Amino acid sequence: MLKGSSVDARSTKREKVIDRLEQNNKQVPSRIPVSEQTPKERVSNFNEVTLGYTAEQAVAEASRCLQCKLAPCIQGCPVGISIPSFIKLIKEGNFRGAINKIKEKNCLPTVCGRVCPQENQCEKLCTLGKKGEPVAIGRLERFVADYERESGKISLPKKKEPTDKKVAVVGSGPAGLTCAGDLAKLGHKVTIFEALHKPGGVLLYGIPEFRLPKAVVESEISYIKKLGVEIKTNMVVGKITTIDELFYEGYDAIFIGVGAGLPRFLKVPGENFNGIYSANEFLTRVNLMKAYLFPKYDTPIKKGENVVVVGGGNVAMDSARTALRLGAKKVYLLYRRAKEDMPARKEEVQHAKEEGIDFRILATPKRFIGIEGRVSAAECVETRLGELDNSGRRKPVIKEGSEFLLAVDVVIVAIGAKANPLLPKATPGLKLYKEGYIATDQNCVTSKEGIFAGGDIVTGSATVISAMGTGRKATLEIDRYLATLK
Amino acid sequence: MFKILDKEKLALSIFRFEIEAPKIARKAKAGQFVILRLDEQGERIPLTICDFDEKKSSISLVLQEVGKTTQQLASLSCGDCIADVVGPLGKPSEIKNFGTVVCVAGGVGAAVILPVARVLKGVGNKIITILGARSEELLILEEELSLISDEFFIMTDDGSKGRCGVCTDILKELIEGGCDISRVVAIGPVIMMKFVCKTTEPHKIKTVVSLNSIMVDGTGMCGSCRVTVGGETKFCCVDGPEFDGHLVDFDELINRQRMYLEEESLSLELHDVKRVECRCKKHKKREGN
Ligand SMILES: Cc1cc2nc3c(=O)[nH]c(=O)nc-3n(C[C@H](O)[C@H](O)[C@H](O)COP(=O)(O)OP(=O)(O)OC[C@H]3O[C@@H](n4cnc5c(N)ncnc54)[C@H](O)[C@@H]3O)c2cc1C
Ligand SMILES: Cc1cc2nc3c(=O)[nH]c(=O)nc-3n(C[C@H](O)[C@H](O)[C@H](O)COP(=O)(O)OP(=O)(O)OC[C@H]3O[C@@H](n4cnc5c(N)ncnc54)[C@H](O)[C@@H]3O)c2cc1C
Ligand code: SF4
Ligand code: SF4
Ligand code: FES
Repeated sequence: MLKGSSVDARSTKREKVIDRLEQNNKQVPSRIPVSEQTPKERVSNFNEVTLGYTAEQAVAEASRCLQCKLAPCIQGCPVGISIPSFIKLIKEGNFRGAINKIKEKNCLPTVCGRVCPQENQCEKLCTLGKKGEPVAIGRLERFVADYERESGKISLPKKKEPTDKKVAVVGSGPAGLTCAGDLAKLGHKVTIFEALHKPGGVLLYGIPEFRLPKAVVESEISYIKKLGVEIKTNMVVGKITTIDELFYEGYDAIFIGVGAGLPRFLKVPGENFNGIYSANEFLTRVNLMKAYLFPKYDTPIKKGENVVVVGGGNVAMDSARTALRLGAKKVYLLYRRAKEDMPARKEEVQHAKEEGIDFRILATPKRFIGIEGRVSAAECVETRLGELDNSGRRKPVIKEGSEFLLAVDVVIVAIGAKANPLLPKATPGLKLYKEGYIATDQNCVTSKEGIFAGGDIVTGSATVISAMGTGRKATLEIDRYLATLK
Repeated sequence: MFKILDKEKLALSIFRFEIEAPKIARKAKAGQFVILRLDEQGERIPLTICDFDEKKSSISLVLQEVGKTTQQLASLSCGDCIADVVGPLGKPSEIKNFGTVVCVAGGVGAAVILPVARVLKGVGNKIITILGARSEELLILEEELSLISDEFFIMTDDGSKGRCGVCTDILKELIEGGCDISRVVAIGPVIMMKFVCKTTEPHKIKTVVSLNSIMVDGTGMCGSCRVTVGGETKFCCVDGPEFDGHLVDFDELINRQRMYLEEESLSLELHDVKRVECRCKKHKKREGN
């Protein structure tokens, strides 16, 4: 990341000039729009919603960048991509150069370009954003990453000489993949242990096809494999093997990136009626097991006509939009806080609205009613905002007497996840904090020697890019640690 | 890929498979299960590890054909491969010298109870086994179970073998006859486990049941397998599959097992059509030659 020390007097001056120009009514040109499937079209298919820039559009958008010497945008990127440099290369038509620049810092660019909450990160700090629309950094990143992927010629970075060190990475989500890829580049021998039958973590089983095509995830994973990383699936660490046993098997260091996979439930009466899912189950059935292709694929799913989704994050938006694509006539989204508090990306909320999701803000289910064991209605209640809670948001309080009924046949509970205790329980001596998350210092070092951790299992549910950021930090620390071993 | 080393028909629509899985064989304990997926289109289904042989690097599964996946698996032969097998999952059985343990096994539950009964016997328990099935041709593992049991009873619904009636009849007689039972382990159809628990509850005999809720991942990630035990939501795949039977909400479990009845029968119908088509094609080929 750029440090404050690199302040360049000339550049500040230039930025000031721009500021002044803008103040004199020179409008910042607006962003090049990106084409999308129309809402009507897309609710009946699982294809990607946002179509991405063409080469001309990308060059035009890249030309908007001011090439600020201070590059505040870089500070907003958790992995510190040299944003102005790669944008400049796009402007010059050197797309290959651009993607190579990105890959110096980010080994999953097709993913980040699509799912990063850019408006809170790189684009939030973009100089242009102060006066108008920021540069579409994410879309540009996606464009060059797709350009390379579609060309079929994926360039591999130079790998360091092989060391004789072996590292085990547990979990193949963005944290694990990043850490594994980076360690392989440094010449270490890396093996990923993944519990499910396919690697990718939330990228595969959580985020739906229409937002992140699985072919994209697969190509990123094949890139990690090309770097020399071995991936062992069907390996639940804590069951078939343990962290301690991995050391006996000869691994010199271990990175834990198992995500925060345990679903939270509402704990209201009737929650175990048939037709009520955790978002994890609903999305896993659809994405990983391809239940949307049932009966061609064997895994079934209840396709509701009237669906209630509870929650306000990306997971809730994904669940609601998936239910719609499975054929629901009506999808309600219940969120118990204010609209501004919704943790979902703005673009996703926007897309969900366009598709006709019925947002019921400041409401929450009180109980579920069933007929013959199946959910038939949700009794909901309105909420109002009370005092600030420790998350810094105003706490929702139930409004007595405001009950209302929604007739439903499928309910999806998307109110967050907790740490899964399976691996920590099988790892004596590993220090935990809060509700079972793994405790680490700033450099991903855990309480047990040789064990490092990152991603959601350390931070709690966060973002793809922050998981990758910790994966990268751990790499540096692990590399340093390995050098201390004989 | 996991290779099928051996296949044996145990009874009408019940098969035993021996599968090459060295790592699982090394780790498995009585009471644990695996989740398998036959192929790319396949569903993930749980099956109990009925036996494991470290030397042969294999595990044994016993399955009853009930729907698409179990039928498809039953149609495989030695040398065929299964795409994914993950395990051992779930908590192992609680093994201690309790004294006298009554093992009540219904249908394919016999295969699930066998490794548990064997280890319980090994640590010094007196084992009384009640093996039940609808009729004689559905009885499995009779010899294996009788070998490790101090007392052994067979019950069939239609009286075609052993006594005519349900497992709980004998259990009641044992209790009323003053048999000092320290613990009951009941594994089989949910309805059977429910009635075993009803029988033992008034006598406060600890009764352990192995629940078979619908699963997806088997690692606590999805909540599909949730069951209510003692008023609390538990995940069968990680908190179980064995629970204190007197605390289990069996009616909820029975209901949740029925969640996909329509989809399951559609799946099975299509599978049957495909099987018939396959056979016709083979037939035609042969005729053509
Ligand atoms: C539906 C959904 C939508 C989201 N949308 C966005 C978005 O738009 N933008 C964004 O930035 N973030 C989004 N997120 C959040 C983001 O996906 C996560 O923060 C990120 O994936 C965390 O990465 P991770 O590597 O820590 O863990 P995960 O991605 O959770 O991966 C962990 C992996 O470890 C495996 N594992 C678990 N236990 C074991 C074990 N014992 N042994 C072996 N393997 C194990 C799991 O199977 C999994 O594959 C979303 C999350 C969800 C669920
Ligand atoms: C821990 C555990 C251990 C088990 N051990 C054995 C065993 O050793 N031998 C054996 O024959 N059976 C066992 N079962 C049951 C077995 O998993 C089901 O019979 C099988 O999943 C049915 O799949 P199907 O496609 O053939 O039938 P389907 O037609 O799909 O289903 C038939 C019935 O099986 C149940 N079922 C369906 N899908 C699943 C699923 N994914 N997970 C769990 N249950 C499901 C449902 O109640 C359903 O009504 C076990 C189940 C559990 C949970
Ligand atoms: S990785 Fe994410 S935050 Fe970084 S530049 Fe790309 S879109 Fe922005
Ligand atoms: S992206 Fe924005 S902040 Fe970054 S260099 Fe370009 S104009 Fe400046
Ligand atoms: S099967 Fe998913 S949590 Fe138990």
